[in-house]
Amino acid sequence: MRTEDTLQLAARSILANRLRTLLIVLGVAIGVSAVIVLTALGDSARRYITGEFSELGTNMIAILPGRSETTGGPPPLMGETPRDLTIDDALALARSPLIKQVAPLMLGSAPVAHAGLEREVTIFGTTAAMQDIRKLTMAQGQFLPDIDPHLASPVCVIGEQLASELFGNSSALGQWIRIGDRRFRVYGIIAKSGVSLGADLDDMAFIPVASAAALFNTQSLFRILTEARMATGISATSGEIRRIIKDRHEGEDDITIVAQDSIIATFDRIMLALTLGIAGIAAISLAVAGILIMNIMLVTVTQRTEEIGLLKALGAPQRQIRNLFLTEALLLSVGGALVGLLLGLAVAELLHRLYPVIPIAAPLWSIFAAVGIALATGLLFGVLPAVRAARQDPVSALARR
Amino acid sequence: MIRLTEIGKEFLLGEQRVHALRAINLRIDRGEYLSIMGPSGSGKSTLLNMIALLDRPSSGVYLLNERDVTGLGDDSLARVRRENFGFVFQFFHLIPRLTAAENIEVPLILAGLEPRQRQARVKAVLESYSLVDRAGHRPDQLSGGQRQRVAIARATIMRPAVILADEPTGNLDQATGRQVIHLLEQLNQQGITLILVTHDAEIGGHATRRIKLVDGMITEDTGVTA
Repeated sequence: MRTEDTLQLAARSILANRLRTLLIVLGVAIGVSAVIVLTALGDSARRYITGEFSELGTNMIAILPGRSETTGGPPPLMGETPRDLTIDDALALARSPLIKQVAPLMLGSAPVAHAGLEREVTIFGTTAAMQDIRKLTMAQGQFLPDIDPHLASPVCVIGEQLASELFGNSSALGQWIRIGDRRFRVYGIIAKSGVSLGADLDDMAFIPVASAAALFNTQSLFRILTEARMATGISATSGEIRRIIKDRHEGEDDITIVAQDSIIATFDRIMLALTLGIAGIAAISLAVAGILIMNIMLVTVTQRTEEIGLLKALGAPQRQIRNLFLTEALLLSVGGALVGLLLGLAVAELLHRLYPVIPIAAPLWSIFAAVGIALATGLLFGVLPAVRAARQDPVSALARR
Repeated sequence: MIRLTEIGKEFLLGEQRVHALRAINLRIDRGEYLSIMGPSGSGKSTLLNMIALLDRPSSGVYLLNERDVTGLGDDSLARVRRENFGFVFQFFHLIPRLTAAENIEVPLILAGLEPRQRQARVKAVLESYSLVDRAGHRPDQLSGGQRQRVAIARATIMRPAVILADEPTGNLDQATGRQVIHLLEQLNQQGITLILVTHDAEIGGHATRRIKLVDGMITEDTGVTA
C-alpha cells in the first residue's frame, strides 16, 4: 500500500466523522495553545525582568564601603571601622585599563526650595559618568557637566516629578533652586523612568559630588559605580578593583563588590525554572488530550469492526491496518497542533496588545515543544487502538452485524 | 487447486467442546461451480471461511495450488487471500463513506497499485457491471442489487482464481437475487472457480457440484471426491 493512499484513506475517514474530528482537534488545540500561552507569559516575564535589570548595564560593578563577613570567629579585639570610600578612590579606579568609567555616588537628603515651595528629596552627588552607567535619558537640558570631581559647581539635574512640584507648568530649565543652604541652577531634567532598583529617579536631584561633599559636610561616598570594559571580564575587573582599593586602604580589604550580571543571571535562572514549571503543567492538558484521542480512537475501532474485517478479507496485512489507524490519530493530532498553534499565538498577540508594556511573545522552543509533544501524544495514544484494530479476527469482525 | 485433507475445526463454548467441522476431505478444481448447502449451524460458513483462509483449522492440511498454507502467518495469509480470492458477502460490506468506484478500488489500493493503473481497471469493471452512472454514489444511495454488483465488482477487480460468495442473495429480493446469481455464473463461465454458500435449495441447485453439510460433516457431494 502506498503512503499517499494510506494518508488519503485516513483523511477520508477523518472528514467523514466531523464530530469526532472536532472533539479531538479541540482537545489537542487547547493543550497546545495552553503550553504556548503559558510559556509565552513566563518567558515574557523573565525577559521583562532581566531587561529591566540590564537597563542598568550588565557590565556595572558597584563598590560598597565595608565588608560583609560571612565567616565566623571571635570579634576583633579593637573596633574595626571600615575606611570610607573617597572621591580619590574613585579617581584611582578610573585610571585602571579594565575599567571603562567610574561614577562616585554620595547620598543625602535635603530640602529643595523654589519660590516659597519646599520639598525634602534625596540628593545624589555624582559625576557626568553617572548618566552613561545608569543609562539615564534626559527630558530637557543636559546631565551634569564633565568637570573635575573635586570641583564644586552650583548646577543640578532634577527628576520630572520634582520639577513639576516646584515649577508647575512653567519651565524649570535654567532656574535657580535652593538645596539645603546653597543655590543651584537647574541644568537638566531627567526623563520619567519610574522606580529603578529602589531609587525614585523622578523625585530627586543630582549635584556634582564635590558640591554634595560640601553640602553634607562629608568625604565618604555611599558607593562607587564602575563599568567594566568587557562583560566577560567581570571577575577579573572585580579582582583589579579589590587590589586598587586595598593598596589605597593600607592593605585592608574593606569593600563589598556587587556585580550586576550575577544578579541578572540568578533572576534569569529562577524565571526560566518557573516558565518550565508552568509549561509542564500545561503539558498535562496535552496528556489529557492524548487520552481523549485514545478513547475516541478505541470507540472508532469498535464502530469500524466490520470495515476492518473486510480489509483483512481483501488481503490487508496487520501492518496496513495498524498504519491506517495510526495515521488517522496522527493526522488528528497534527490538525489539533496547528489549530492550537494559531490559537496560542493569537492569544499571546492579544495579551501583548492588552499589556503593551510586557513584551509577550511565545519563545520558539515552546512552539516546537508544544507541537512536538502533541504529535508524540497522538502517536503514543494512537498505538493501542491501532494495534487492537490490526489484531481483530476477520471472521468474527465480518460476522458481527 | 484447493485440497482439504482431514480438516477439522473445534472450539470451546463455555465448558463444551463444539465441533464445527469434522474431518473434511475436499478437492476443488479450477473452474468448478460448487454450492455448499446445509441447515444453519451445519458449518457451511465455517467451511467457507476455512477455504478463504480467514479461519484456521484445528487439524488437517490445506493445500492451495500444491502449497501448504495451513501454517502460514497472518500477513502471508493476507497476501494469499488478496492474490487468490474474491469475496461476496450477504451484507455487502461496502465502506459507507466511500463511493461505489472507491469501494471497488480498495483491493487495488491495498495491493499498492499506481493510481493510473487503478483508474483504468476500475473504469473497465464499472462498465462491465453497468455501474458507470452509479460510480460517484455512496452505498446508502444505491439499491440492494446495485450494492451487491459493486461488491462483485470489488471481488473480481484483483482477477482472482476463486470467488467465494456467502449467501450473496440473502438480503435481496428474488428477482435481484437471480440477477446476482446470473452475474456470478457468468464469471464462472469465464473460468473463475465459484464457491457459493447458501441455504436456498433453488439457488444451490444451479451449481454443477453440490455439497451438503450436516453437523460439520459432508453428507452429500455430487462431484467426484478425491
